[in-house]
Amino acid sequence: MKSSKILYLVFAAAMATCPFFLNAYWTDVFNNVGLYAILALSLNVILGHCGLFHMGHAAFYAIGAYTAAILNTTYGVPVLWLMPLAGVMAGLFALVVARPIIHLRGDYLLIVTIGIVEIVRIALINNVFDITGGANGIFGISRPSVFGFKISKPDHFFYLIWGFAALTIFLLMRLEHSRFGRALLYIKEDEVAAGGSGINVAHHKLVAFIIGAVWAGMCGTIYAAKMTIIAPESFSFAESVILFTIVILGGSGSIPGVILGSFLLVGLPEVFRGLAEYRMLVFGAAMVLMMIFRNQGLLPPGPKRYDIAAKLHAGGAQ
Amino acid sequence: MEEFFQQLTNGLAVGGIYALIALGYTMVYGVMKLINFAHGDLFTIGAYLGLTLLVSLGLFDKIGPLPAVILLAVMVMILVAIIGAILERVAYKPLRHSPRLSAVVSALGASIFFQNAIMAIYSPKFLVYPHDILPKAAINILGLDIPVMRIILFLTSLLLMLALYFFIQKTKIGTAIRAAAIDQGAAKLMGINVDRVIMLVFCIGPALGGAAGLMVGLYYGQINFSMGWMYGLKAFTAAILGGIGNIPGAMVGGLLLGVIEALGAAYISIAWKDAIAFCVLILILIVRPTGLLGERVAEKV
Repeated sequence: MKSSKILYLVFAAAMATCPFFLNAYWTDVFNNVGLYAILALSLNVILGHCGLFHMGHAAFYAIGAYTAAILNTTYGVPVLWLMPLAGVMAGLFALVVARPIIHLRGDYLLIVTIGIVEIVRIALINNVFDITGGANGIFGISRPSVFGFKISKPDHFFYLIWGFAALTIFLLMRLEHSRFGRALLYIKEDEVAAGGSGINVAHHKLVAFIIGAVWAGMCGTIYAAKMTIIAPESFSFAESVILFTIVILGGSGSIPGVILGSFLLVGLPEVFRGLAEYRMLVFGAAMVLMMIFRNQGLLPPGPKRYDIAAKLHAGGAQ
Repeated sequence: MEEFFQQLTNGLAVGGIYALIALGYTMVYGVMKLINFAHGDLFTIGAYLGLTLLVSLGLFDKIGPLPAVILLAVMVMILVAIIGAILERVAYKPLRHSPRLSAVVSALGASIFFQNAIMAIYSPKFLVYPHDILPKAAINILGLDIPVMRIILFLTSLLLMLALYFFIQKTKIGTAIRAAAIDQGAAKLMGINVDRVIMLVFCIGPALGGAAGLMVGLYYGQINFSMGWMYGLKAFTAAILGGIGNIPGAMVGGLLLGVIEALGAAYISIAWKDAIAFCVLILILIVRPTGLLGERVAEKV
């Protein structure tokens, strides 16, 4: 426990100094890595901790981003103030769509969530309620400011995004060790046994879904603020696949794994920009090889997690 | 009323294509309990191989349209079947005893690989099939002008589906496939080579998918490296609609989905056409997850 804390501190210190020796382009790459890390961490609650095959995470992200973009462009509300509201909207959407499908198992849930993200994308393209701006999306989102300080350059966003990432990591670590987090873990290990020992499985799954959605929605506002323009294509199924892959390849259920996964899957391809055409080809092949040779991910959660499950098994959640 | 019947025939023609692709999903799911996400891309490969062979061999000028199309279809089916078998060998066989999520990710990886391979080899642009090779004529049936292509399309898919059905039901190999779908372990004890059965399933499914790709190319005239994704997803919807793992189910589901989509596009909104299919998918899974023809103890292939 001690050593992992030191590791986190070293990582935080290294990250904090990054913008001083990165140029604007690479700072922006790191910003993207950070955004994906936050999103993947929020997906990790659903997929990694609870074991729900959820491949429609981009839908929640989109709801958050569009909520912020619409209110910012029509009413001029500062975009970062909209963060809680964007989270609530995404959470409500998750509640509505997840409630009827939460009992579906494995592959069926996977397919339904794909259906949901595609429906959301089509709705955005078709300019639903005349507010989403159709295929062109929404532009002219104003830059956020904090205490009168205008956030506009990549360095500024770097601290905003990674600060939010740090908060996410902290909260998720608390969640992991909470009674609720242990219940999720137990549901992942053995759903029937979890139900048998008094955990309300459907309720816990739904809450996990909503937590993930709220966080993705909040992350959507940062994305809207950073890009100042959003379009339906940014929230397509492909985004969901990247997030899903980050969680699985990094190590499902492990926070350091998910962060490493974001660096490898979002940052590393930038290094190979020159090979643009073959970049995704290698990406696909790497996914296959990775699953064949190390299917638990790069940094799987340590064995201590099974001790927690065992404790739960023996003495109930304390 | 006339528009209704026009849309109905169009829906049946497109539904035939969905059904052909759906068979590949349903067979693989029946035997391996795996959603082969790369199946839609095998369909795309079929369309691209068809175009390449068509242009490079110049069959239409040499032997006339009908034999040319048949020969083309046979070649495409064999080639795509080989690719399907290689895919199984490389991406799925090593994962047969791994958690299911690994196989899903592997399938997604294979799908990304295929899409980008097609894009790198050909081009990211839409490619166009030569458009003057097939009959544009329409024939009059019961007062309706129906394009000949549509009828050919429907009959071809029906023929392929029936051939598959009899192959599965009446031959010894078909019996082996059905047995492996019910219980792989027991099938092994009965002397069935399950590895070979799975390999075979990965040849038949992609072959049918490849044929569907060629048909789409000939029918719509243009193809794109990423089209397999949407067709694949809809075909999968069709498979679930009919009851996944169930071969007649995939046929019925495909045709039904094609008709629902065509009528939905005509009477609700064409812009929401794709969303209609996904709404059907979600509704079916909520209301009747086993599909229309699926039963709890249904024989699964």
